[in-house]
Amino acid sequence: MRRTTSRLMRGLAVLSVLALGATACGGSDDDSSGSKPVSAGDVQAALKKGGSVTVWAWEPTLKTVAADFQKKYPKVKINLVAERSGDKHYTALSNAISAEKGVPDVAQVEYFALGQYALTKGLSDLAPYGADKLKSKYTAGPWNAVTQGSDKVWGLPMDSGPMALYYNKKVFDKYKIAVPTTWDEYVEAARKLHKADPKVYIANDAGDAGFTTSMLWQAGSRPYKVDGTKVSVDFSDAGAKKFTDTWQKLIDEKLVAPINGWTDDWYKGLGDGTIATLASGAWMPANFVTGVPNAAGDWRAAPMPAWTKGDKASAENGGSSLTLPELGKNKELAYAFVEYANSGAGVQSRVKEGAFPATNAELQADSFLNTEFEYFGGQKANEIFADSAANVADDWSYLPFQQYANSIFNDTVGKAYVGNTKLTDGLKSWQDASVKYGKEQGFTVE
Amino acid sequence: MTTLQPPAAAKPRKSRPPAQGDRRSWTGWGFIGPFVAVFALVFLAPIAYSIYLSLFRDQLIGGTQFVGFDNYQQALQDERFWDSLGRVSLFLAVQVPIMLFIGLLIALALDSGRLYGTDFFRITIFLPYAVPAVVATLMWGFMYGTKYGLVGDINSAFGVTLPDPLSSDLVLASIGNIVTWEFIGYNMLIFYSALKVIPNSLYEAAEIDGAGQFRVITAIKLPAIRGALVIATIFSIIGSFQLFNEPSILRPLARNAITTDFTPNFYTYSLSFNGQQHNYSAAVAIIMGLITMVIAYVVQLRGMRKGA
Repeated sequence: MRRTTSRLMRGLAVLSVLALGATACGGSDDDSSGSKPVSAGDVQAALKKGGSVTVWAWEPTLKTVAADFQKKYPKVKINLVAERSGDKHYTALSNAISAEKGVPDVAQVEYFALGQYALTKGLSDLAPYGADKLKSKYTAGPWNAVTQGSDKVWGLPMDSGPMALYYNKKVFDKYKIAVPTTWDEYVEAARKLHKADPKVYIANDAGDAGFTTSMLWQAGSRPYKVDGTKVSVDFSDAGAKKFTDTWQKLIDEKLVAPINGWTDDWYKGLGDGTIATLASGAWMPANFVTGVPNAAGDWRAAPMPAWTKGDKASAENGGSSLTLPELGKNKELAYAFVEYANSGAGVQSRVKEGAFPATNAELQADSFLNTEFEYFGGQKANEIFADSAANVADDWSYLPFQQYANSIFNDTVGKAYVGNTKLTDGLKSWQDASVKYGKEQGFTVE
Repeated sequence: MTTLQPPAAAKPRKSRPPAQGDRRSWTGWGFIGPFVAVFALVFLAPIAYSIYLSLFRDQLIGGTQFVGFDNYQQALQDERFWDSLGRVSLFLAVQVPIMLFIGLLIALALDSGRLYGTDFFRITIFLPYAVPAVVATLMWGFMYGTKYGLVGDINSAFGVTLPDPLSSDLVLASIGNIVTWEFIGYNMLIFYSALKVIPNSLYEAAEIDGAGQFRVITAIKLPAIRGALVIATIFSIIGSFQLFNEPSILRPLARNAITTDFTPNFYTYSLSFNGQQHNYSAAVAIIMGLITMVIAYVVQLRGMRKGA
């Protein structure tokens, strides 16, 4: 009996080891990622020959672009996968890259997450395809984001999110409160609004990493410094203090509604006037139209409140690029599609559907600036957005592991929204946690 | 599966004629072969692979390297891991007795034969268990809403301000409430079916001896279902340690209250999918598995000893 058991164990051990071997051998097909320049002829030839391109992107305007592209190049099949967005999208993408299986040929990557994929060699450099010659086409902020300050191009900017202050005009008119032009006025307006009707809050904020980093950006704080594998995190500069001082007042006096963005409560609050303003990117209008249809006509856009009166400094919130994952196939076709969508004819059709472009030509076109937004009561909101875009400081950088840092934002800074922790202390513990992770991942962190 | 051939070392020595026992064990292999193959593939291989993974470290800078037991050492000193373990332990200490007690109470009530509509109640109480945990949590998450949910409706209808069930202080209790709602029916069913097999003759004997209902419960029913009690306890302990669905689905509603290290399972998930720390996450998962095994085993030993 004992002998059988030991034999059984040995058999199982063999099996387990075999299983391990099978999983371990799955990897490392050699990647054919030479940095040889790809001539325009190669791309044209590939387009003639045809093939299929799998695109993972949730940007809604790409649907028309894909259809147009297929019409122009009938032999190319664009397979648009749009079900996932945000965290779920990145999880799927990272998993596919580490499994080296099922990697899409084109992937949408937001600017804040580009660093991580660029650093881990998850993406192809597009410079050999001629992307480096497109620099002058794009506004400075997005271009800086896709190049990560190097001479490589990790993606082509798809849109940008220069910030603006959306406000519910009906609410402001009702209580005869002027639209704030500075953040001090903003706090005042918050007090007046909440006093006039305790159900009304100037904004919702329950702790949102993307929003906070954008606010820091606008306030002139530069918490992240990245130089290759050397990074530093510091939330104690003057800009950060400006933000925390002001925002702490709003939190302490309970002037911001504790509602998370993109939840049912949020859409309802935007619709019924209990959330009176929203500082967000220029891509927001399309979301207003679909998410808050009942408040059409109530909302307007205004420039971001300034930190010192007359200052026009703005920041980006969100915005994304289309990239070519290193392990994707049909690189030439994939690049042709990305170029078409983000630099070629696709931009026009996307702008028509409400996208906010990152290309100078479209941003400066009269037809773009004169577009009247029906949702905003006929306001020419693009003038405000374009002005904001021109005033975005382009020296901001995100961490190469911003995606992880953002995921623990609510574990750390979130405490300031629900307990006795101060925002400054919350940011400090976020800083510590980010530094710890950076070190664990092999970065030199100061 | 050719791999199931016994290794060469197992061959009988040449000097001796083949023993009958050996031939018999060959036939045995044939019978258990299919089972062993599936068992090894779906149970042992994943565990072995996790252990294998946990011995490496994959960094954004520097790639993958073998680190031995470093991950385990790190996990044992990881405050976030111990915090999460503390949280589920508290959850377990409160939750398991409540669920078992209520489940038992209902089972005894249904079994007492003094109620009308037993079948109806049995099904109704069991029904929540049939609702997928995801759906149940979404439903409760909506009810917990202080603005537009049920709590909010009660607040505005009666002009009161109920505490927010999703605030940091209450969220664990709120999750406990969901779990209770989901699993009481399951525990009840285990107890009820154990009660059903008690022979009637015991009750008759008790009646002849003049035992009251309470005495019947303590002297006959409870001892008879001790095995079921132990099983239900072990299931509840494992379930509590593996708490994941409820916090992960409620999190979008309460990001500040439900941290990414809320429960050990949720922590391993976050490590793996937000931090790409698959190796470290595997080490944490294995430690957690061992802790769960030890506790479940201790409970089983204690339960059985009392029964003997």
